[in-house]
Amino acid sequence: MALLEINNLSIAVASQGQLLPVVTDCSFSVAAHETLGVVGESGCGKSLTALAIMGLLEGSQVNITSGSIVFDGRDLLQLRPAQRRAIMGNQMAMVFQEPMTSLNPVYRIGEQITEVLQQHRKITHRESRQRALELLDLVKIPHPQDRIDSYPHQLSGGQRQRVMIAIAMACEPALLIADEPTTALDVTVQKEVLDLMLDLQTRTGTSIILISHDLGVIAETCDEVAVMYRGRIIEKATTASLFANMAHPYTRGLLASIPTIDTDNDWLQAIPGRVPGIDEKVNGCPFHPRCAHTETPCTQTAPRLIDTHPHHAVRCHFAGEI
Amino acid sequence: MEQQALLQVNHLSTHFRSNPTGLFRRAGLIKAVDDISFFINRGEVLSLVGESGCGKTTVGRTLTKLQPSSGGEALFHGRDILPLSQSVFRPLRREIQMIFQDPFASLNPRLTIEQTLAEPLFIHKLAADSNQARQQVADILEQVGLDASVMKRHPHEFSGGQRQRIGIARVMIVKPKLIIADEAVSALDVSIQAQVLNLLKQLQQEHRLSMLFISHDLGVVRHISDRVAVMYRGKIVETASKPEIFSNPQHAYTKKLLAAIPRVPTLQRAS
Repeated sequence: MALLEINNLSIAVASQGQLLPVVTDCSFSVAAHETLGVVGESGCGKSLTALAIMGLLEGSQVNITSGSIVFDGRDLLQLRPAQRRAIMGNQMAMVFQEPMTSLNPVYRIGEQITEVLQQHRKITHRESRQRALELLDLVKIPHPQDRIDSYPHQLSGGQRQRVMIAIAMACEPALLIADEPTTALDVTVQKEVLDLMLDLQTRTGTSIILISHDLGVIAETCDEVAVMYRGRIIEKATTASLFANMAHPYTRGLLASIPTIDTDNDWLQAIPGRVPGIDEKVNGCPFHPRCAHTETPCTQTAPRLIDTHPHHAVRCHFAGEI
Repeated sequence: MEQQALLQVNHLSTHFRSNPTGLFRRAGLIKAVDDISFFINRGEVLSLVGESGCGKTTVGRTLTKLQPSSGGEALFHGRDILPLSQSVFRPLRREIQMIFQDPFASLNPRLTIEQTLAEPLFIHKLAADSNQARQQVADILEQVGLDASVMKRHPHEFSGGQRQRIGIARVMIVKPKLIIADEAVSALDVSIQAQVLNLLKQLQQEHRLSMLFISHDLGVVRHISDRVAVMYRGKIVETASKPEIFSNPQHAYTKKLLAAIPRVPTLQRAS
């Protein structure tokens, strides 16, 4: 059984008396020990999906309008807030994009790590500090003894992201959600942080949902990939199948726009145009205004997600033909 | 070197004093840029690559005199710009323009796009009146792929990629000779990054501009540069032509940078 199963999740933003859909009918699952990559441009709904899983949309203008989020056999949307809080940070944890803004600047990093432990584990102050030191060592912060009493501003961006990972991993969660964990970092540091996450995964067996706009990062780290565009999953496959049988024009565009050092092509293939705003209505396939292969059906009916290969589904009228 | 370089930097250093941390500690000296030399020919793109904190941004800021230098010289058209006073340097600012990293922070949120783009025209006396300015603003917007109708709007109405296009328009409108682009596409999504990178390259080629392209991403650098300088801890550790640096990197740090780039499976790249 999958560790996390998301069924027909829809999310909408309340704006001026109407509900604007931002995530529509989204379904995917994450098995134990597995890494799922979620890819898409800014505004495609990938972060909102992550926040919905973590239960962080409560009290905002953003509402879950339908669907279920089943974690370890329980539908999280049916739980009482107290039950939900017992899971968050404990069995399920999140690493955010901005290590600069997501750590509290006025607390020492040691205090921020032990806070999670004292929330979820019955341990003494001394034990939690010991555990915090172990965690800092685990995320490869040099000289944890000297660092545990530092404030976030005294650390580099990469070190702050390591501290974020230490906080997330403190209770050895079954599921770790990492939302663009390396986007704010340099390439060399990015590689170190990704390697660290994969290393921790092999040791602890944590499942990971890795959210990124960079297919390159996804290709190197994930077992399965879901590509999102305008709140819908438009292609979903195992990583091997995705790169072998890539079918959706959007996914191909994302891949072609990555600057690589392997080709000597001077010009990049960009996807023309931009993601339409959530208040702009697009009939038919949401990608058709930017697609090079648009034909009449694309402008009229929205395509459904169809299986083109084993473990490979595509939402395109011409999947397999173009 | 046959032709005279547009910009010739010799033994440039920029040092900072760090604050003394203890009561009796002495102030330390941080050599952010430590004795570096390079040149950029007319119509050439030199990339300056390195990790955060290696001093690459300080190089850009020193060359635009946003930061005083500590030593060395920077010959622009053969004239050392570093000792010039701000008032003497001001006319040269038109020729040396900078594109900044953060398209959200580098546009004034209170000004319309027209005001933002017309401002440098009036400062450098390139437009006599607002009608002339408006015409030039419309032209430049078209060149960067935006509709002239966006003129009346404010920065918050634009996406990151569009804002960076506006940032490029603000630089291009004064017809510079040398552009210093500091991580100009790092804050953008890959798909938008490709659009903006292509635009930058196209404008650079059309106008035969010289460019110092500062970036931490060798993948991006590959698509835009003629030559690459790799910077590490304030020093340039390797300078080579683009093919050289990618096929035959010499310095250990360059090799490490190359190895860190995520590889995408190359099959099916063409659509």
